[in-house]
Amino acid sequence: MIELDNVSYGYRGQPLFSQLSLELAPGSFHFLTGPSGAGKTTLLRLCYADLQAQQGQVRLFGKDATRLDRDAVALTRRRIGVVHQDCQFLDHLSVAENIALPLTVSGRVAEAAANLSELLNWVGLAEQAHQLPQELSGGERQRAALARAVIMSPDFIIADEPTGNVDWEMSQRLMTLLTELNRMGKTILIATHDLNLIRTIKSGVSARVLRLRGGLLDQAGAEL
Amino acid sequence: MKLVLDLLIGDAQSDRVVPPTGIAARLTVFVAGAMAFLAVLAVALTLTAARVADAWANELAQAATLRLPVGADDALVIAALNLLETTPGIASARVLSDAEQAALLAPWLGADIGLDELPVPRLIAIVAEDQGYDAAGLRARLTGEMPTAVLDDHGRWRAPLVQAASRVRLVGWFSFLLIVAAMAAMIVLAAHASLAAHAQVIRVLRLVGARDVYIARAFVRRFTLRTGLGAIGGVIIGLLALELLPDADTAGGFLANVGFEGAGWLWPLVIPLLAAIVGFVATRAAAMARLRDQT
Repeated sequence: MIELDNVSYGYRGQPLFSQLSLELAPGSFHFLTGPSGAGKTTLLRLCYADLQAQQGQVRLFGKDATRLDRDAVALTRRRIGVVHQDCQFLDHLSVAENIALPLTVSGRVAEAAANLSELLNWVGLAEQAHQLPQELSGGERQRAALARAVIMSPDFIIADEPTGNVDWEMSQRLMTLLTELNRMGKTILIATHDLNLIRTIKSGVSARVLRLRGGLLDQAGAEL
Repeated sequence: MKLVLDLLIGDAQSDRVVPPTGIAARLTVFVAGAMAFLAVLAVALTLTAARVADAWANELAQAATLRLPVGADDALVIAALNLLETTPGIASARVLSDAEQAALLAPWLGADIGLDELPVPRLIAIVAEDQGYDAAGLRARLTGEMPTAVLDDHGRWRAPLVQAASRVRLVGWFSFLLIVAAMAAMIVLAAHASLAAHAQVIRVLRLVGARDVYIARAFVRRFTLRTGLGAIGGVIIGLLALELLPDADTAGGFLANVGFEGAGWLWPLVIPLLAAIVGFVATRAAAMARLRDQT
């Protein structure tokens, strides 16, 4: 589904990682961990074509990401749900409108009305539907971001530090939602530095834990 | 037609994704209004100048003067009138009265001149029929029958007037094109400013799978409508300004007809439409270029 083949990326001439390879099979569940600045977010951005690999090849759903034109990138992103650490909402739209945004920009407005109420109930935000994003708590914002990421029923869900700004209870709730999605057949990739959270969730789901450190990506070992 | 309907009706949901812009929106309406106002004046002045010049040229084309030498006696005048009346294509010929001749000289010599004291030739005003007359043939007859008479068909005056009229038209339309180009440039700048102000909105829309054409459409529709509405306001003010121009009594007749006549009235309708088209094309080009550059 998503393949990175000998991919290199760096900033201002300084390599962040090089010759990195990764394959995410359909229905798999991956944690991506590593220290701050190791390149977790960069790696995730390569996976939804927000960045282009400087060397190597990224294949998204079998297609070389460098060969995708702008429209093709947009269409590819509709198959990928992304939960950003800072949520990335449009502040002038209500929570419901923000969640429905992927359907709106795809011209599937009618579907938004049908799916929205069920989705709002699933993430527990039915009562906050008409509020503005800035009126939500950190946990509510993350759940709204998750709802927006899944409203298109994407094949692949990426979450970048989804529990970074929420308490332990809310972290577990968010993870529960993500494991439910995995059970529905979605491929999940979560970047987090919270090893306790990984340990807790890993017991309930068949997840691979990848560690990005010093420019190298490897399978996390006994510490988990 | 679908494009026009889409622009007018729009998609409320799509429009909502881009928040209303403050200063760029107001600037666009103002610029479109100001440019439409100037366009109305430019077109009205161009059409009026051309109309006046055409009228002068046509009047001179129909008119000619036969000049008899100073001191010509009545017999010569009568012979000349007879000759002219028997010439095919001449509708009428009459001798200018002393008062009319004095009026012709008044701008240069003053109103109280005595024609008797001046060596003034006798003038016969000729009015041609629509199809005109054979000036060369008439000159040949005059050479044979009254060699001292001189026929002036105003050809010397008509050619520069026609040339001046075409220059006026050219300058007028060039001014109009400059106004349209300036409006397009200002709209492009305003669109760029608006797109820059909404960089974060554009980024979020991209992340959720919006195509460039979708993002551009929200800006294009907004700018097209603002340009069109601003231009309607500018045209209305322009027409009011034309109404306020001096009339014939206070401006010696020249400004009496400044404005639109006949088919020229289509221009006040065309200008807002043209402005909207310029707004559409300029914003779309600006938006697509900006979106290509913005990640």
